[in-house]
Amino acid sequence: MELQTVHDKCSGCATCRLACALENFREVKPSLAVLRIEGRFPAPGDYRIHVCDQCGACAEICPEEAIHQTDSGVFLIDEDTCTGCLVCVAECPYDVIVVRGNAPAPIKCTLCGACAVACPRDAILLTQ
Amino acid sequence: MLHGYAGTILRIHLTDGRIEKEPLPADLAESYIGGRGFVARLLFDEIEPDIDPCGEKNMFIAATGPLTGHFLPASGKTHFGSKSPATGGYADSNMGGHFGPALKYAGYDAVVLTGKATELSYLLIDDDTVKIRPAEKSRTKGALTAERMLKDDLGDGFQVITIGPAGENGVRFACISHDFGRQAGRTGIGLVLGAKNIKAVAVRGTGGLPVFDVEGAYAKGKEAFAKVRAKPGFKGWTPEGTAGLTNWANEVGAFPTRNFQTSYAEHYRQINGRAILDRLKITDKGCSLCPTPCGKYGFTKTALGRAHVEGPEFETIALFGGNCVLETIEDVAYANYVCDELGLDTISAGVVAAWAIECFEKGILTESQIGRGISFGDLESIVYLLEKTAHRDGIGDLLAQGVKAASESVGKGSEHFAIQVKGLEWTGYECRNAPSMMLAYLTSDIGAHHGRAWVLGHDVAGSWSSVHDLIVAGGAKEKPPKGMVTERSADYVIHSQHERPLFDALGTCRLQLMELGFEGEHYAELYTLITGKQKTWDQLLAVSEKIWHLTRVFNAREIKHFGRSSDYPPRRLCDDPITSGPNEGYRIPMEDIEFLLDAYYAARGWDANGIPTEATLKRVGLQDVVAPLKRLGILT
Repeated sequence: MELQTVHDKCSGCATCRLACALENFREVKPSLAVLRIEGRFPAPGDYRIHVCDQCGACAEICPEEAIHQTDSGVFLIDEDTCTGCLVCVAECPYDVIVVRGNAPAPIKCTLCGACAVACPRDAILLTQ
Repeated sequence: MLHGYAGTILRIHLTDGRIEKEPLPADLAESYIGGRGFVARLLFDEIEPDIDPCGEKNMFIAATGPLTGHFLPASGKTHFGSKSPATGGYADSNMGGHFGPALKYAGYDAVVLTGKATELSYLLIDDDTVKIRPAEKSRTKGALTAERMLKDDLGDGFQVITIGPAGENGVRFACISHDFGRQAGRTGIGLVLGAKNIKAVAVRGTGGLPVFDVEGAYAKGKEAFAKVRAKPGFKGWTPEGTAGLTNWANEVGAFPTRNFQTSYAEHYRQINGRAILDRLKITDKGCSLCPTPCGKYGFTKTALGRAHVEGPEFETIALFGGNCVLETIEDVAYANYVCDELGLDTISAGVVAAWAIECFEKGILTESQIGRGISFGDLESIVYLLEKTAHRDGIGDLLAQGVKAASESVGKGSEHFAIQVKGLEWTGYECRNAPSMMLAYLTSDIGAHHGRAWVLGHDVAGSWSSVHDLIVAGGAKEKPPKGMVTERSADYVIHSQHERPLFDALGTCRLQLMELGFEGEHYAELYTLITGKQKTWDQLLAVSEKIWHLTRVFNAREIKHFGRSSDYPPRRLCDDPITSGPNEGYRIPMEDIEFLLDAYYAARGWDANGIPTEATLKRVGLQDVVAPLKRLGILT
């Protein structure tokens, strides 16, 4: 499974971000979202969707080897092993690993698909 | 804890820089909901009668509602309010975008500004951190340019509102700009910010909002999105957004054209929604959590220049494409862009420019007074007038007052075709064959604005369920009959005046209800799940009714000689028959206007002069305003 993005369909409404926070944490708090919408205005005048593509850069850089790939291809953070050094947050090429308040471990995309379900524009798709 | 709300009002005293964070009063939230309700009550309670709208004693309020920022369709509204520089009475103007949600995530339901900053400044609200910072380097900069400058300094994680030169220079129809193309345009709200020496407000919010039943609200929110997506209008309305009204408004003869001389523009297919998609559009641009984005962001090329611009939306198309007779969508979009940079409301600007051109045609304003010849349909003329106005240069100093004051100053019969009510310029629906919509304009609390009641569907189609349905049905194939003047118009208007402004209190967009027919009861369920307060849609409408009476008595308090004559239309709309199109020959004579106002006042429980009676105020829960109004002689 992976998230696919269709940038030209995005209208910047950010419904995906609030759905992400609600689905995973039951909080109305978009700062917990692990995807970003970039509006490029006034020029060129469009949106870019930044999602985790499970590239594994976080797992490679993690000094504690706390990020592992599951059989379905998703990289997950093992909160018990994570020391909260936040190297992965700094190194994520898409800037979509997020610090969650005082929680010991950061958060990343689990491929739950809530963003794709919520997007009213079909600009984010969860594909097999 | 007040579920749904952020829980705090941020008060900034600009003169001495004091910053106070006040818990949101529970009774204010319960009794006035939020947004427009907060604005109306705070203004009534906290400003002294008769203050100067541009003085230090006026308040500038940015208020959200309990639904703002929550998971439901189009919950991104922010409501701004003050005493209006345009009308001298109640002012509010709202916008979409992402500012309101950011404000709530930062922890504030409302921001209240009083006093005046000692130098041109911007406000930085970064969660708990609130600062007044110098903004001298953005002085005279365009509203769009200033937003980019501030985001370059602070980062794109901030949501920003700005004003342009018009707001700095005292133009009575200066607007607030946000997100490179959303505006709170009406009532001169941008001038109030400028008069306080505030060029911009930048907000970043990383917090969350308390929800009474988060599982229930999330589930209901998902259901609401699904139901909106299932409406026929979801696919039918969204591609063109509000611009999709252009064809229909012409087919039914309701499109203000050539300074309201007629209600039909022969070139309408050159300036409609289809033209935007074919010739301008780059992307749909939506407000926060909106599934049906009105915003069409694009690029226009004209003889005068090229520009990225959001829109034009229907109102701008009507007032520049129809009223100023710009004949291509590129020209309309360029005028839109110029207004956006200068910080001018495109609606009022289109009425003011058309009035000036008609004055020139009739010899009331001369070439030497204006500085050049001007004509309908000429983009160069329009842009010249806009720039002069924003800088109050030459003829612009007159035009910056708006058409009411400008026409009273010029005289020579120009008041006859100064298209406004209460000092606010008329918006994009011509009403000489639409008595219900006419009544809606006349009795709107901020002046001639369609946002408070949109009942044109009753005039045109009788029964109707959504604007999308009206558009699909199209205009009459034969000449429409003369609109019936009956008491029923008052009932239609009153219902709409409660329903539409309720969204301005809840802090969410009404377009899903109005344009797509998404039912109001869903919002009541969401309100209850989010706030924990059990209220039906009818109970919420009752609050909206109370707010309506409150803004009426605020106007009675603030506007000299306020009363029945404050609700009169410009004489052109009574005396001059429409000159072409489907409704050619129609007008609504003054005796019919008096009949409509009588019916409306009676249905409202107001006296013959349009002032709410003591019994009415008590019935709707405003008994506490009776005594102060009696002291001022407004109630006897």
